[in-house]
Amino acid sequence: MSETKKFLYVNRKAPYGTIYALESLEVVLIGAAFEQDVALAFIDDGVYQLTQGQDTTGIGVKNFSPTYKALGDFDVNKIYIEKESLEARGLTLDDLMPLKYEDEDDDWAEKDSIHVVSSEELSEIMDQSDVVLSF
Amino acid sequence: MKLSVQINEGPYTHAASDTAYQFTKAALEKGHEIFRVFFYHDGVNNGTRFTTPPQDDRNLVNLWSELAEKHNLDMVVCVAAAQRRGIVDPDEAKRNGKDGNNIAPGFRISGLGQLIEAGIQSDRLVVFGD
Repeated sequence: MSETKKFLYVNRKAPYGTIYALESLEVVLIGAAFEQDVALAFIDDGVYQLTQGQDTTGIGVKNFSPTYKALGDFDVNKIYIEKESLEARGLTLDDLMPLKYEDEDDDWAEKDSIHVVSSEELSEIMDQSDVVLSF
Repeated sequence: MKLSVQINEGPYTHAASDTAYQFTKAALEKGHEIFRVFFYHDGVNNGTRFTTPPQDDRNLVNLWSELAEKHNLDMVVCVAAAQRRGIVDPDEAKRNGKDGNNIAPGFRISGLGQLIEAGIQSDRLVVFGD
């Protein structure tokens, strides 16, 4: 399996309430071992998956949000947030966890994984992907 | 064309499995190759042979099993999702100390790597679900 494809994981749902977000993240982590070109998109309520300060003690469900911070270590460093979805929910980049990665091609400089893109830009990204998994 | 199918919802509550079944059947009849059918999230509930719908309704689990047998389909149930939801084959029953198993004929339990591989190997991965 030497072929490399562009995988795009589209996350559309809130982190809790349904299991889609958690099980999507599990696919991303397993998929990282396959050395494909991986990107994540967060749209609609999916943008809540990356919000800072998640506290699940009141609902008795595991808070899995710290796992997103490990994505950079798995070479998953293209994370696209849809601008319109953020704005519709009154959120800004400051409300999200600062996800970083170390760029091995740039003397391991720490860089931001998150890119806020417009709906139009995101459709272009989807168009250029080979495999789109929607959760 | 070489296709793979991913099903993210259980039977009956949601039409995803019905639609995926009709799609898979139609694709095979048109001469396309189905590389793999992968069951994820509540989709793993399509793989229990204990399903007993009323006799005047379709039995989706049996339909999948029959389609698999006829076309030698590779139908994979995600192990992590299956463990959460109590879908068990003999190996899993032994490993996790369960007193029985419920996997339906034609289904096998394996890892998420099988989904990624399906994405890599297929011309199209078609996802059914919410």
